[in-house]
Amino acid sequence: MKKILILTTALTGFAFAATAEEEVTVMSWGGAYTKSQVEAYHKPFTAETAIKVVSVDADNPATPIKAQVEAGNVTIDVADVEFSDAIRLCDEGLLEEIDPSILPPAPDGTPAIKDFIDGAIQDCAVANIVWSTVFAYNKDNVKGTPTSIADFFDTGKFPGKRGLRKSAKATLEMALMADGVPADKVYEILNTPEGVDRAFAKLDTIKDDIVWWEAGAQPPQLLADGEVVMSTAYNGRIFNAAVAESQPLEVVWDGQILDFDLFVIPKGAPNKDNAMKFIAFATSTKSLADQASYISYGPARKSSGALVGMYQDGKTEMAPHMPTAEANLSNALVNNFEFWVDHDAELNERFNAWLAK
Amino acid sequence: MAMTDSGAAFVEFDRVQKSYDGETLVVKDLNLQIAKGEFVTMLGPSGSGKTTCLMMLAGFETATHGEIRLGGVSINDIPPHKRGIGMVFQSYALFPHMTVGENLSFPLEVRGMGKSEREEKVKRALDMVQMGDFALRRPAQLSGGQQQRIALARALVFEPQVVLMDEPLGALDKQLREHMQFEIKHLHESLGITVVYVTHDQSEALTMSDRVAVFENGRIQQLAPPADLYERPENSFVAQFIGENNKLPGTVVALDGDNSKTEGKIATVKLEDGATCEALAVKCGGPGSKTLVSIRPERVSVSAEPGPNSTTAQVLELIYLGDHIRCRLNVHGNDEFVVKVPNAAGHKHLVVGETTQVTWDAEDARALDPL
Amino acid sequence: MVDATTNPTNTGLTTADGKPLKAALAHAQARSRRRAFLLVLPLLLFIVITFIVPIGQMLKRSVYNDGFTVQRNLTTGEKTPIMVNLAKWFDENPAGTEPDEAAFAALVEDLKQLKELRAAGQAGTRINYELSGSRSLFTQGARKAKKLQPPYKEALLELNPKWNDPKLWQVMRSASSNFTGTFFLAATDRTRDADGNIQSVEENRQIYLKLFWRTLKLSVLITVLTLILAYPIAHLLATLPLRYSNLLMIFVLLPFWTSLLVRTTSWMILLQSQGVLNDAMVAMGLISDGNRIQMMYNQTGTVIAMTHILLPFMVLPLYSVMRPINPSYVRAARSLGATSWTAFRRIYFPQTVPGIAAGGLLVFILAVGYYITPALVGGSDGTLISNLIAFHMQKSLNWSMAAALASLLLGGILILYWLYDRLVGIDNLKLG
Ligand SMILES: Nc1ncnc2c1ncn2[C@@H]1O[C@H](COP(=O)(O)OP(=O)(O)O)[C@@H](O)[C@H]1O
Ligand SMILES: [Mg+2]
Repeated sequence: MKKILILTTALTGFAFAATAEEEVTVMSWGGAYTKSQVEAYHKPFTAETAIKVVSVDADNPATPIKAQVEAGNVTIDVADVEFSDAIRLCDEGLLEEIDPSILPPAPDGTPAIKDFIDGAIQDCAVANIVWSTVFAYNKDNVKGTPTSIADFFDTGKFPGKRGLRKSAKATLEMALMADGVPADKVYEILNTPEGVDRAFAKLDTIKDDIVWWEAGAQPPQLLADGEVVMSTAYNGRIFNAAVAESQPLEVVWDGQILDFDLFVIPKGAPNKDNAMKFIAFATSTKSLADQASYISYGPARKSSGALVGMYQDGKTEMAPHMPTAEANLSNALVNNFEFWVDHDAELNERFNAWLAK
Repeated sequence: MAMTDSGAAFVEFDRVQKSYDGETLVVKDLNLQIAKGEFVTMLGPSGSGKTTCLMMLAGFETATHGEIRLGGVSINDIPPHKRGIGMVFQSYALFPHMTVGENLSFPLEVRGMGKSEREEKVKRALDMVQMGDFALRRPAQLSGGQQQRIALARALVFEPQVVLMDEPLGALDKQLREHMQFEIKHLHESLGITVVYVTHDQSEALTMSDRVAVFENGRIQQLAPPADLYERPENSFVAQFIGENNKLPGTVVALDGDNSKTEGKIATVKLEDGATCEALAVKCGGPGSKTLVSIRPERVSVSAEPGPNSTTAQVLELIYLGDHIRCRLNVHGNDEFVVKVPNAAGHKHLVVGETTQVTWDAEDARALDPL
Repeated sequence: MVDATTNPTNTGLTTADGKPLKAALAHAQARSRRRAFLLVLPLLLFIVITFIVPIGQMLKRSVYNDGFTVQRNLTTGEKTPIMVNLAKWFDENPAGTEPDEAAFAALVEDLKQLKELRAAGQAGTRINYELSGSRSLFTQGARKAKKLQPPYKEALLELNPKWNDPKLWQVMRSASSNFTGTFFLAATDRTRDADGNIQSVEENRQIYLKLFWRTLKLSVLITVLTLILAYPIAHLLATLPLRYSNLLMIFVLLPFWTSLLVRTTSWMILLQSQGVLNDAMVAMGLISDGNRIQMMYNQTGTVIAMTHILLPFMVLPLYSVMRPINPSYVRAARSLGATSWTAFRRIYFPQTVPGIAAGGLLVFILAVGYYITPALVGGSDGTLISNLIAFHMQKSLNWSMAAALASLLLGGILILYWLYDRLVGIDNLKLG
């Protein structure tokens, strides 16, 4: 009798534990960015649904997906990935499709499809933020004030090392813009052999002064250490270093390249339903606006823009630090994922060959 | 051949001291002269500093104090490879990656000798140790005894003035060891080289050497030809270390003649059981000082006429050894008193338990330092 | 028994009870052999599962890619053949045939199926591996396929004139067979032209051979550097009293116990142009402030960092051969008349060769495959072939290409190993 009692108690306890242990695993990029998501998405989500969010970081959350899905051993439910990765993974059938009807409408009733920025909703992905690759400089180390992308490539006017991401993407576009190509013509020109030559020729002019970086955390460090005087970087990282850590860093918005980060669900995710719920919650107008008060990435919904307020320090207005702020868009390029999915291999081969030269 | 005059010394340790750690002396005030062509053995228990002396002579250790001379010239500052001293190691130290021939050729090669001359010398050296057919083998393919011969040949092939051997036969079985002792001795005689030999095996030392230096605790206790060492040990340590000895502790009560000098006189010693005996004063003080009387078992007789050192003894044990019978007796309260009775006509046949009389000459009993 | 021993000419020896000796021996050994096999069975299975199978799969992937022939539904595991009409046309018409209306009709039919299966991206990606820019051709074509009207050739060309590219048709033909040498060609900087002839890619895209060569060179350099550094350390370790050598061993092994990030950070602090080393040299007046030496984010950084990481792999085998070398060998050589240099060269060094060989092989192979360090501190000219393998594994997701590069690397190492065996002899190898 006593035994049975213990057994049933144990069983009910177990069942209770199982329901309480509803969870969803979200993989993101780490650092200040993950922190902003934990504050704006994970905590409120758990508070509302009692579903625990397990946060995991990776240098690039897209990287493990193919291996996990092919091996049939998926541990991630939601991953925060770049645009071209989202498309490529979707193409290969590695992602679950996301029905846009699960996304909540804007507070004023505008359906989600209309509320999101163009391109933010894809077959297998929903964008949460707009981030951008900008260049930034260290005020203490640069004589004068760089104002345009051309200044980044002008080591005569602004001597010193430059930090650049070791990848063809963004680097080639910036080289063309610095060479005088207007933002709306960049991909058209880059689609021609002459355009590619032109971009590499521009890169040649500063090749000896480049320090290459790979992880997003590197550029603020390189700038702070004085290893480089200017560097391309993800705008949020610079914001964080400049505002939260009071580093003398300044962003130049001219020639910025806008990109989405999107939520995707790997095929065979163990908590697929929770993952859908999480994405619907995290991409709601309020959640996206909340996130923007932790890091300077723009919300992917139009309706969130108006709700963006102060940084968590309570004195920094976030709006001017957003890549999507009106003033920052005067010479801005939107990353063309289709171009990059098409030309990634070819241009990276060329880029690596150029590096090795 | 014993050395007395340092002017003729070929190898000479002059007040040499050695310390490894700056705290204890491993070699204490070593003085030793070795004549050209002499075979001198350093004999002593393990850890008494024999290897250290050899290493200082070979140049692998530096003397902390004192001078080592070779042919009258100080070699303290001469590096090992210029000393021209051959050495046989206990582990043989044959180069494993070279053939026997290459091993022997090595010392000649580093001396810049031509190929044909080298080959001839190697062949001669191999023949000398009866290993002529093994030139192409690797050391690992040889037995212990064969390796030993090669090590010997290698140490001799470049015709060094002095050859040092550090327990060279230690790893061989008894029969092979005795055979090699004979061969080494033979080589020493036929080549006329000077040999400094280290061993902890007293019979090896006694059979091979011209002179033996008995080491204890970094000091030479006695340096003498083997016969002297056995017959006339100068102190208790040597008496104990070399051969078998009966010990009777006691106190000197009188010396014959005047008391100015003790050595060489007959001392009267009062033993622990109250009896007295007479012994040759070798290393004891004047009357009143403690001493240890030491008598070789074969110098004690059970059949001789009674003399001043006659006493009764009880037979405790008999061991039959063919040519003689080993008897353990109680003499002057010492239960471990051993007597060797030749198994020959005219000698008394003892029975366990009986009481008999034992006798020895005063000259055969040596009054030494107390232990 | 007596017979057998007393009569050696007797051919078949037997045991005491008359069984043939050989059979009895075999019987006696079979049991112990079976037991030995059972003992190693878990290890054997482990190696097969974790090593042989994956390597086999990698080799297969480098020549096998069904991206243009099969669509796999990863949820249900169901496989659907795709591009079947086009494949049929390719079967019926020999290579070099100008694509006719029938070909385009087949293509449109297949594009419609791609749209249905949502497989346009997959098929396009496969073609894109060989002909850059064609992925969008397929996604666009599939989107519009339903609306196309015959004649299909004109309709498709109007949609995008690239559909008439002979190179595209050559690539589609080769991709419609699952087995392909394309990835190996690409991994050696070569490609096929529109007629299927092998040729080098444009000079400004040639990268892989260069990186193979650089990887080889840097690995050799790193191996030599670790050897030069490790030899004295290992000797010290082997000759020092145990008390001190244990302490020193901890220092040698320290890199093993430190996370890569900690190490990278310390290299940065040390080596970067505003780093400790440069600051010190400026302070000492060795270099001027304007001429700080770049030791990070380039080849120098890669070499320094990898030498540091791989040093223990050289020290340990060296140490393990040096420790048992009796000091009396060198003493013997010295007493035989050799100077200390000769004694080292002729006696000590040859006995350490197995350790050098083992350490060298170990460090070299590890260096060839390392990619994290070069990625972090390598900069532009410190990138190695493994970085590109990682790139294809993780970023471009072109696993076939990664597999082809990895197979070439594996093949290269096996060839070097074979050469090494011929020159040094594998039995001369002593790993710890
Ligand atoms: N290299 C050394 N360092 C320190 N102490 C040593 C060394 N070699 C020998 N000793 C010490 O010196 C003493 C004499 O050693 P050794 O000459 O080898 O004696 P033996 O050869 O008579 O056995 C021993 O106590 C030994 O521990
Ligand atoms: Mg010794």
